Amino acid sequence: MNIVSAILKELLGLFVDDGLLALEIVAVVAVAAIVSWQFPERSLVTGAILVVGCLGALLLNVRRARR
Amino acid sequence: MFSDWTHFGPALTATFLASLVEAVEALTIVLAVATVRGWKPAGLGAIAGLLVLTLIVVLLGPLLNYVPLHLLQLTIGILLLLFGMRWLRKAILRSAGIIALHDETKLFAAETAELREQERLQEQKLDWIAGIASFKAVLLEGLEVVFIVIALSAGGDLLFPSALGAIAACVLVAILGFVVRGPLARVPENTLKFAVGIMLSAFGIFWTGEGLGVDWPGADFAIVVFAALFLLVAVTAVAMVKRPVAEAHV
Repeated sequence: MNIVSAILKELLGLFVDDGLLALEIVAVVAVAAIVSWQFPERSLVTGAILVVGCLGALLLNVRRARR
Repeated sequence: MFSDWTHFGPALTATFLASLVEAVEALTIVLAVATVRGWKPAGLGAIAGLLVLTLIVVLLGPLLNYVPLHLLQLTIGILLLLFGMRWLRKAILRSAGIIALHDETKLFAAETAELREQERLQEQKLDWIAGIASFKAVLLEGLEVVFIVIALSAGGDLLFPSALGAIAACVLVAILGFVVRGPLARVPENTLKFAVGIMLSAFGIFWTGEGLGVDWPGADFAIVVFAALFLLVAVTAVAMVKRPVAEAHV
């Protein structure tokens, strides 16, 4: 039981360390998904949202951690 | 040849470096167990852990063939983003002195002390406890390696380079551990985490985009461009938040 709970904790910990960063990444992907669904012919806009959104989320998260 | 390397190279390098980090952490605990109770429980626990990990890959790998490619790319892409950016964030904060660096020597000392304390309390059960400690270390550290291998191979025909990178790293660490017979404290873990975080985040962006139907300019070469962008932002972030050494948390 101890090992099973350790494995489950480890599995969750693989993806979520700072909950806010995980939420921000999911939000960026959600916005990109909505844009790709609404404007399928503008796939580069979806790509740009993903790239800029993820890089921005990382930068903002690190700045927050400094405070 | 060049296009083969841009296709296979990043996956092989990412799994090699990530596995190097995880294998060093697992080896540290296995060595601590071996120091206190000998190689038998340490080795048996480690082998049992490796068998469970192999079973997970063998069971999960083929199941992924039944998932539609775009859905698989999107899911794996998001998971790689979460996983890679988590590593990168931690590596940035460690480089900047906001959080303490991982110390294998300290981990080795702590694990050894805990086993010695248990040795004092319950002598008879100790081989069993030591074996479990070794098993848990290999299994838990190995889960990250398994995820990276499965994730990187799920987006295309990358199972061979991904698995090769992971196996090469584990073999290298096992040989070094056997030669040194002590924790591999000189491995620049944070630099490796920095590099792996960048590569996995770049893969994550690429496959999330592929899953959403993005037609990336330059196809696979876009991964290298994303990695360069993540590197630029990560270096900027370190410079932006860097603390003087004396001010850093311990």
